[in-house]
Amino acid sequence: MGVLRLVLRMSPVLALLAIWYIATSLGMIKPFLLPAPQTVAMRLWRDIATGQFALNAGLTMYRALMGFAIACLIGVPAGMLIASDRTVRWFCEPLISVGFPMPKIAFLPVFMLWFGVYDLSKIVMVSFAAIFTVVAAAEAGTRGVDRVLLWSARSMGASRAAVFWDVILPAAMPQFLTGIQIALPVSLITAVAAEMLMGGAGLGGAMLAAGNYADSPGVFAGIVETSLVGLLAVGGMTQLRRRLLRWHPEFNPR
Amino acid sequence: MTAARIDRIIAGMIGYLPLVILALIWEATTRLGLVSPRMLPRFSDVLGAFLDLLQSGELLTNAIASLRRALIGFAIAVCTGTTLGAGMALVPWIRAALDPIVQIFYPLPKSALIPLVLVWFGLGDTSKTFLVFLGCLLPMILSTYNGMRGVDPLLAWSARSLGASRFDVVREIMLPAALPQILTGLRTTIAFMFLLMVSSELVIATNGLGYMIGAFGDQGSYPAMFATILVVTALGFAADRAFLALTDHLLRWRA
Repeated sequence: MGVLRLVLRMSPVLALLAIWYIATSLGMIKPFLLPAPQTVAMRLWRDIATGQFALNAGLTMYRALMGFAIACLIGVPAGMLIASDRTVRWFCEPLISVGFPMPKIAFLPVFMLWFGVYDLSKIVMVSFAAIFTVVAAAEAGTRGVDRVLLWSARSMGASRAAVFWDVILPAAMPQFLTGIQIALPVSLITAVAAEMLMGGAGLGGAMLAAGNYADSPGVFAGIVETSLVGLLAVGGMTQLRRRLLRWHPEFNPR
Repeated sequence: MTAARIDRIIAGMIGYLPLVILALIWEATTRLGLVSPRMLPRFSDVLGAFLDLLQSGELLTNAIASLRRALIGFAIAVCTGTTLGAGMALVPWIRAALDPIVQIFYPLPKSALIPLVLVWFGLGDTSKTFLVFLGCLLPMILSTYNGMRGVDPLLAWSARSLGASRFDVVREIMLPAALPQILTGLRTTIAFMFLLMVSSELVIATNGLGYMIGAFGDQGSYPAMFATILVVTALGFAADRAFLALTDHLLRWRA
């Protein structure tokens, strides 16, 4: 029953695949522009069987997740500090309002100059791209904590540390996680783009190589591989949010 | 009136003082030799390079080339995205048809499409415009859809019972009520537009701001590279501020 419903729900996607198959097998589109789905699937299978997929996806994931983790580890405390200290806020607010909308990838050549063309520059690039979202969300979350909660905790004699760990952190957690949830896809996009610009191993580098050699099955297989990694990351993040916010009304609708 | 205005301008300038301080720190560290000029050119040199690029007209022609491609893709994406998003919110079969497709393509990192548009459209303008269009389309569909779905059905029912036509309900009730969310989506979409514009030009282009950054970097003309990066940053910032001002204006009817 569940399978049937899933097939029904996914029927537009299946229809799209069918159109793709028919169009390519009737020769309506040049295989160079749009390779047949079975060609792409075979290429995907070959990448998986030879371990290419695991290697490239692993490298991309490593760079994206390292950069993402650094962005979170620096960004969340920084955002909380900006929210709670006026001088820090005065200094950082204009920097964030400039940094938030800017296309961070423009700094890639700078990071290449400073950190070389290997993993380090890519990881720094990912952190730089992701951190503004995290800081902004952490600041907004901390500032949005209900004053009454803080006053009550303090008036009942809670120490500063206790207020931080038991009141501010849980109350601001949903917004922190929202920022982090946006930062994760940004990290992946940036990692792939950085790999594409620098070449070498990784999903982005492999795709760029395929594009340069006019190997369109390789390009399409790369897109599918990248979406799989993206799907995995986004899905994992949703699960994490559900686990961390088990106590929150968001997941306990009455 | 004028005094109040001057006060506002001064307050605004003090607000951006940290940026000036940062520029001064930059200049000081490079002048004191704390950082090698090979790694970080002096801020004053970057300013000089900026003026040169401005004077030669190189900056302007490339900025226009970039913005033209990006804005065309963006405009098509906004029109298509809001229409499809509204269609998904209002018409069940459109929702059934599009929802799974949107869900599947949403987690795809859009930069992965750069080699695809290269294969399809080559090095010309179309490849970058199409990439910006693809990247901006999904966030527009989703924010319109979510905004329209979030409209209180009571509002629509009341209007219908008072004799409004379906079209009137959409135009007079659903769209204004969904506008805040559509505008929020639009703001992230603008950031996306700049990101895709620059990253696609870094990979595949023969002109444009992203191409300039990459080319100056390869040549080792670092002051010019930094100047172009600062221009891109300023463009993104100006667009964001202008958009926020527009949002305030459009939503002034709200409490």
